[in-house]
Amino acid sequence: MKANLRSSKTLTVALALVLINVIVILISLNTGSLRIAPLEVVRTLLGFGDNKSSLVLFDYRLPRIIITMLAGIGLGISGAILQGVSRNPLADPGIIGLHAGASFGLIMFVTYFHSLNDKAALLIPLFTFIGGCLTAFIIILLTYDRYKGILPIRLILVGIAIAACFNAITLFLSLRLDEDTYTFASRWLVGNVWGRDWIHVIALLPWIVILTPIGILQSRKLDALSFGDSTAVGLGVSVLRTRLSMLAIAVALSSASVAMVGGIGFIGLVAPHLARRLVGPRHQHFLPVAGLLGMVILVLSDTVGRSIFQPNAIPAGIVVAAIGGPYFLYLLTKTK
Amino acid sequence: MLQTPHLKHLNNRLHNMWRLLLFIFFLAGLIVTLVTAVSFGAKDITFHHVWTAIFNYDSSLTEQQIIYELRLPRVIGAAIVGAAFAVAGALMQGVTRNPLADAGVLGINAGAMFVVTLCFAFVPSISYSLLMVFSFIGAALSTLLIFIMGASVPGGLTPMRLTVSGAVIAALLHSLSAGIAIYFDLSQDLAFWYAGGVAGIKWDQLKVLVPVIVLTIIWAVSMGRSISLIAIGEETAMNLGIKVNLIKLLSIIAAVILAGVSVSAVGSIGFIGLVIPHIARKLVGSDYSFIIPMSALLGAILLMLADLGARTVNPPRELAIGIIVAAVGVPFFLYTARKVGRDL
Repeated sequence: MKANLRSSKTLTVALALVLINVIVILISLNTGSLRIAPLEVVRTLLGFGDNKSSLVLFDYRLPRIIITMLAGIGLGISGAILQGVSRNPLADPGIIGLHAGASFGLIMFVTYFHSLNDKAALLIPLFTFIGGCLTAFIIILLTYDRYKGILPIRLILVGIAIAACFNAITLFLSLRLDEDTYTFASRWLVGNVWGRDWIHVIALLPWIVILTPIGILQSRKLDALSFGDSTAVGLGVSVLRTRLSMLAIAVALSSASVAMVGGIGFIGLVAPHLARRLVGPRHQHFLPVAGLLGMVILVLSDTVGRSIFQPNAIPAGIVVAAIGGPYFLYLLTKTK
Repeated sequence: MLQTPHLKHLNNRLHNMWRLLLFIFFLAGLIVTLVTAVSFGAKDITFHHVWTAIFNYDSSLTEQQIIYELRLPRVIGAAIVGAAFAVAGALMQGVTRNPLADAGVLGINAGAMFVVTLCFAFVPSISYSLLMVFSFIGAALSTLLIFIMGASVPGGLTPMRLTVSGAVIAALLHSLSAGIAIYFDLSQDLAFWYAGGVAGIKWDQLKVLVPVIVLTIIWAVSMGRSISLIAIGEETAMNLGIKVNLIKLLSIIAAVILAGVSVSAVGSIGFIGLVIPHIARKLVGSDYSFIIPMSALLGAILLMLADLGARTVNPPRELAIGIIVAAVGVPFFLYTARKVGRDL
């Protein structure tokens, strides 16, 4: 009975978030240099719009919006999984160093491929994923204790250090780029939604669409982990294997998202927290809600960054950090 | 084995001798490093020219010009800033009793950088001494933020919490700085400065930098005894008649001055303040009257060497100095974090 109540609440929250998202998108389309009024959007989507609106909508605005939504989902869920795996409410793919690794992967890609728009773009998530995996591997290697397994607290300390290390390398590599690429990279590193072609959507889509359900299907194991390692073992969950496989999913989700929207931190932190407040701590409810919240936050930040600070757009990552940073500090003073 | 008072006395004297020897050794090391750092570079210059450039400067000779106008201020700058970051770290570690404390890790440098970025954006023609003051204010504000947070957490900030909150404050301020830089199109100008560069130091800057840093370090050394007692335990220190809160406040102010002023000159160079005090402690024991000057010496040597490395690895291109320091500092941080993590 109670479970049903929870489920219906989750459904309500999810629907509300989707609705908010649609409204934000409509507002977002109505700002910027090429505005489309909400009614016009609906007409164009149904195929009755004039040539200009459909060109702007389908070729410029829609891919970008879809990328933002997908990346928001990826970052939100990735953060939620990381918090579950590390049993630490302060874990976030940015803080833990995964973004730094993914950035390193992207810089390697830019250095060797030079182009971001052709078919090569499909490889970008792969490169960031490899970068993310490399960092995750190093972090796990340094956190792994022979007797106690992966220690959640050490995970974060080591993550911070590894992030500093990879940031230094990335900075070094980016200083050697030519001016245009450098401008791109510097904006990308702070979190800029740059993907704007359908090819970028195609590059990102499979990662999110395949990995998100896998993550949600495993939510029972995450629930078990949250009771503590020994309880989880008692419940028949293989702690180490679950932790590693969930970590791999989190790394893949965040790296793929980062590939298209840059090193946006704090979403992976804020979204799960709000989600937990809304629908409670059970992962099968709160993972999807965290994803949806991440989507709303990122779309909103992107809209704010682009429309308020005309003519120089501020990358979404900075807007997110400006809101998420203080929220994180607030959490830090509250959690025990 | 029991030690007789006499033996203890002898032991103490030996220990003092050992410390004195260490100081002499590293002072000599400092001078050797200084001369080496000045002589080597994209263009190698003989020792003779170095000598005459310093004591008998002749501006008509290119070699001497390179030494006097380019290398000397840069090397002295690296030394003084290295000393400042190291001492700032030692002070923070002493009074917070946190082995992971460092001006870079705690976000103090990021605070200074944030305000400096604001200055670049709104008053690009600002004079250097004013920039330094603003940089100090930025450092002070972010420090204040961390300590307010520490006060609002029941039970205070554990090393782990302090480090995480510092990292977040650094990330936040860094993001905001980047946003300002992008909005005002400062990105390229600031990039090298972010990476930490002693290349741009001029004599004018040194004229302000050196006295401020040297005086602050002397001030810090004079507080050394009290800091050592605080580092042992606050109650012990209080029972011995030390005004714990006052000393803590003064030490943190000194650390903020050192970090803030240094950032205004070279940008953020993290991890020196983390690594050096640990090494100094290994060498001279737990008395901060010795740890602080030893940290200053070692920090100066390390940053001069890092700068020399940055200049000579791939000449005439230069590596960012922050990268070399991070390459040394990160493994050390991990090692320390592992040790701290064991107690958690």
